[in-house]
Amino acid sequence: MTEKLEKKGVSRRSILKGGAAATGAALGSGVITGFPTIWAQNIKDVTLRQFGTGVSNLNEVAAKVKEDLGFTLEMTALDSDAVTQRAATQPDSFDIADIEYWICKKVWPTGNLQAMDTSKIKNYDKIVGIFRDGKLTPESTIAQGTAPHTVSFVEGVDGKEFVDKESGWMTLIPTIYNADTLGIRPDLIGRPIKNWSELLNPEFKGKASILDISSIGIMDMAMVVESMGEYKYPDKGNMTKEEIDMTLGIFTEAKKNGQFRAFWKTFDESVNLMASGEVVIQSMWSPAITAVRSQGIPCVYQPLEEGYRSWGGGIGLSKSLSGLELDAAYEYINWYLDGWVGGFLMRQGYYSAVPENSKNYMSEDEWGFWFEGKAAEGDITNPFGKVMEKAGAVRDGGSFYDRMGAVACWNAVMDENQYMVRKWNEFIAA
Amino acid sequence: MTDQSHLFIQSNAISTDQKKSKRTFHWGRLPDNTTGWLLSLPLAFVLFFFLVLPIAMIVVVSFWGATEFSIYPAFQFENYEFLLTSPVTYQVFWNTIKYALVTWVLTLGIGFTVAYFLAFHVRSLTWQVVLFLLCTIPFWTSNIIRMISWIPFLGRNGIANSTLISMGVIDEPLEWLLFSDFSVILAFVHLYTLFMVVPIFNTMMRIDKSLIEAASDNGASGFQTLTNVIIPLTKPGIMIGSIFVITLVMGDFITVRFMSGSQKANVGRLISNDISLLQYPSAAATAVILLITVLLVISVLLRFVDIRKEL
Repeated sequence: MTEKLEKKGVSRRSILKGGAAATGAALGSGVITGFPTIWAQNIKDVTLRQFGTGVSNLNEVAAKVKEDLGFTLEMTALDSDAVTQRAATQPDSFDIADIEYWICKKVWPTGNLQAMDTSKIKNYDKIVGIFRDGKLTPESTIAQGTAPHTVSFVEGVDGKEFVDKESGWMTLIPTIYNADTLGIRPDLIGRPIKNWSELLNPEFKGKASILDISSIGIMDMAMVVESMGEYKYPDKGNMTKEEIDMTLGIFTEAKKNGQFRAFWKTFDESVNLMASGEVVIQSMWSPAITAVRSQGIPCVYQPLEEGYRSWGGGIGLSKSLSGLELDAAYEYINWYLDGWVGGFLMRQGYYSAVPENSKNYMSEDEWGFWFEGKAAEGDITNPFGKVMEKAGAVRDGGSFYDRMGAVACWNAVMDENQYMVRKWNEFIAA
Repeated sequence: MTDQSHLFIQSNAISTDQKKSKRTFHWGRLPDNTTGWLLSLPLAFVLFFFLVLPIAMIVVVSFWGATEFSIYPAFQFENYEFLLTSPVTYQVFWNTIKYALVTWVLTLGIGFTVAYFLAFHVRSLTWQVVLFLLCTIPFWTSNIIRMISWIPFLGRNGIANSTLISMGVIDEPLEWLLFSDFSVILAFVHLYTLFMVVPIFNTMMRIDKSLIEAASDNGASGFQTLTNVIIPLTKPGIMIGSIFVITLVMGDFITVRFMSGSQKANVGRLISNDISLLQYPSAAATAVILLITVLLVISVLLRFVDIRKEL
């Protein structure tokens, strides 16, 4: 993923707050609101441990779970490498894994997660097509890379192999996704940017940056290479060794020529690079743009002709979940898709799995701005009350269908991933 | 500052303690060498479980294989083969050694000067203690904070560049101030000079002042006293400081990552990248090679001075 570290502080607080919420709830216990279908009194004692990449690990969600469902959700936010590591090596340390689809491709074969029965998921039919048959609209084409639907289904509850159809057993329930592109400083560039190839334009020598997370960075690189007209990949999401060598070769040369000011690995690094003017064009994540802008510095999430690089995350269940905990987990998932969380996330600029439900929790103007790409009628605030955009602003890239419909590739894990990772390491060291 | 010297004669102190305890605590008719073995057992256990075993484990794992998400036991040379045939490895090892060498030279120069000033120019013990404590104050904040605070200072629009520009020294901001070898080494020197100051100062304080008087009585110039008396007698301190600095720099990865903006690499970063991508065997192989390199460097250093004898 993508927006991984920014919520680190929040997560620590979320644990504290979660604890406080738990205490509060214990004091006034017996009052369970919301719509739990399990009426067992002991659900209050259930604690589900969720870990993930921080984007959706928000203390507000844990507090709302306590309020609506009555049980405790403990959250831990880690960076995407640590998330992968934990999902792969410590299956007993979590109940719910909030991971990205490419991480799912990596860790599913370990057998540490169990598939979900879609018949128990009330809003399954309303989940956006991207996560089911891969198509946003019936006409849309499927982007390259690890597209979510390719790793969304298995044959049965303990199936190891992904299947190519909606089998009724889902690996991850989508929570959050977005389309990423390059961030630029329009005030320091002073001309329109239209293509990915601008990242390697010598004009920005010493002022460009790319992220140092191989699975995501390689896709940004592929977008640049194609945009430069150097090569057309049969499948960017699954390169051959030669293609990997060629791609990284082009970037190594650029690095040696001093094209890059720095590489970044965490959200806040990217914000600092951009805000300080060290870098004027770089791979970036949507909330990082907001963070730069909130400092009063102009920064644009530039839509590009070649399209977006997209990512998506979802929640999966640990194989050790059973009984009451498993019921609670299904309860949680149904609640997740019911719209409150979706609205909460969409008001930060992400998309939710069931937008039509999220709409119920957003104002007309918020829905128009975030989802439909309309000009804001009043100030647009995020869920924390901070003004994100003034009246009249239009979202970079337009509506949901404009943005998600222009996805050129997904963050990916390739067959030659190990080779790529080693070559990536060499690129960083070169 | 005799307190300081205790640090380095601890080993002697311990052995006398042991002898004492042997006298007061009777082990019945156990022969002397059995007692010796028994006494060394706890330490041997600690070293075995927390040093030998982990290292053995690393060596074993370095021959294993790895998939995307798991490692499996095997005996294959693939990790070493990839490591030793890649030109990048040599470049990275060279980088690591370069950082260590340059940092060593600079910290030694600064550390020796500071220690010399404290030991021989500051006459009163109180002031020596005060000034010495002053040197340690930066260590009250975290390593990372001290390192990261350089970034806004050295940046393109940072204090250093804007000051130089307003003074008219330069017209364009200096790009090489940040995210370069320069900034990495600057941070290393800043972080590790104290590790040089402390042991050198400590040995200097133990130099018998009458030796220096004797040197000047015999007509030695200040410089001759320095090269013929002080430096030879300070060697153990220099060696201990050097070992600290060199091992710290060679094992570091976070300083290199932050101060070079992830653009430069040393062996530590190679290992940390591997680990974060679940490539434990490959990380283990790199660690083994690094361990061998560091041990070689230290053994070369120890050829120059027999620390045990000097202490």
